[in-house]
Amino acid sequence: MENVFDATVQPISLMSSWPKLMKKDKKGKIIVHSTDAKQNVVNYTLVFLAILTVYGIATFDYKKIFMSKAITDTIQNFAIMLTEPMAVHFTYAEAFGQLLMTLSLAFLTTVMGSIIALFFGLLAAKNLTNKKTSNFIKGGVAIIRAIPTVLWVLIFAASAGLGSVAAIIGLSFHGIGYLIKSYSESFEEMDEGIIEALKASGANWWQIVFQAVLPSSITCILAWTFMRFEINFTNAVAMGAAAGAGGIGYELFMAGNYYYNIREIGLITYMVLGFAIILEIFSNRLKAHIK
Amino acid sequence: MELLVVKKRQNYIAMFFILVALLSYGAMEVTGFEPAQALIAIPQAIVWSLSNFYPTMASIKNLPAILIKLHETVFLAIVATTTGGICAMAFALLSTKGVPVFTVMCRLIASFFRNIPDTVWAIVLLLSFGQNVISGYIALFFATFGFLTRAFVETIEEVGANSIEALEASGATYGQIVFQAIIPSCITQVVSWLLFMIETNIRSSTLVGMLTGTGIGNLFNIYYKFFDYHSASLVVIMIVIVILIIEAASNHVRRMIL
Repeated sequence: MENVFDATVQPISLMSSWPKLMKKDKKGKIIVHSTDAKQNVVNYTLVFLAILTVYGIATFDYKKIFMSKAITDTIQNFAIMLTEPMAVHFTYAEAFGQLLMTLSLAFLTTVMGSIIALFFGLLAAKNLTNKKTSNFIKGGVAIIRAIPTVLWVLIFAASAGLGSVAAIIGLSFHGIGYLIKSYSESFEEMDEGIIEALKASGANWWQIVFQAVLPSSITCILAWTFMRFEINFTNAVAMGAAAGAGGIGYELFMAGNYYYNIREIGLITYMVLGFAIILEIFSNRLKAHIK
Repeated sequence: MELLVVKKRQNYIAMFFILVALLSYGAMEVTGFEPAQALIAIPQAIVWSLSNFYPTMASIKNLPAILIKLHETVFLAIVATTTGGICAMAFALLSTKGVPVFTVMCRLIASFFRNIPDTVWAIVLLLSFGQNVISGYIALFFATFGFLTRAFVETIEEVGANSIEALEASGATYGQIVFQAIIPSCITQVVSWLLFMIETNIRSSTLVGMLTGTGIGNLFNIYYKFFDYHSASLVVIMIVIVILIIEAASNHVRRMIL
């Protein structure tokens, strides 16, 4: 008898708790969308960004530009650039030489950066050192990363003179910051048990690093390094143009700002684009291999 | 047998390092880079910065001018990110619609914009738009659009795949799938990408400003070229402060939503 009584009561008690689970709006319709705190933060962020965007568009100094003429000029320039690439002030061989120069800058930056970042990345990983060291390095990295690459290059150029040394050191800073962050994150993903087991068996820090940490995260490290190589290539082009660091970027700057030669810009664009796509395909392969 | 595998792996690693060393040597020959010089250059730069590269009382009076330009550069980055993000979202949705023609087209276009550096856009646009904030805006917009399209496509494929399939099976229209499944499940990732892109774009807009003669990049260039290193250092400090604030804010938001 008692069981039957229970069975009749239970649904009622459940029913009474439903209104708490299902929210209704003023008209009595059940609200299907969740309105949790997370969703609110997302919404507020989006609204805030929208307001900033409108404010930005409204306050830009447009300097009375002739929009229609500028747009038609731009389209014409793009059309010439993409359909009639041509070398005028340099030969094709020279252009390839400059591309090789940019590529070499990017390569050296990546190699140097990854060696330095590997060392600091190990020190910045929480599971390999203490929290204090890790936070100290990560804080330093945040400041290094905050300064744009072009400013690093120019600061070094002011003291060491403009050349490959200033370019490579300046380019390295941002890359090192980026790699320390990503390396240390992949080290921190490592299984805590392995490190503990090695510690228990009396392995020292270097043994743990070389026998466990590096072998298990080597693929991740390679992928991050190659991704950085892609970015360094783009940056090396930019530094040539903005800081006069040589390479294909400098030719680009000359073509655009001195000779006003759209066809030459077109040729350089195709060369840079071609190389960037090759690098991207490589990088995608590497990433797919890791996944 | 196992020993053989280990040995083979060791051989691969050795070969890899030799290859990298050879390429580095070649690259040093091409660029004329000398490691010894670099080792000297770093302490040299530190000494130089300590004796020249710091703000003085005289340079503080440039602060209002710096803040005005910094304001322009920061908002340039934000506007380029949000507008580029909207277009990227539209392209990402089109390319994941399942129509092969759209997919290939959208990815080719996005790849084109992603792989041409913003430097190129800035230089080309400078010719038609002149020293105007718009040339910088369009350059950043193109680069942002290309990058975010790839990021959003990856996000949709990762997060939304299951819910898309479920809704397709239940006969939902494409509009319903987009608004009921894809956007709700991807929105936190999308916001996270947008915040990341704003940080990146502030740095890029400094560079683009330098090329197009606008914003904080141009101001730095002017101080730098007139050897007013004290004011230039003030510019660097202000950029660092702004980027650290924005990074802290977006990390805070990211922690709350992810």
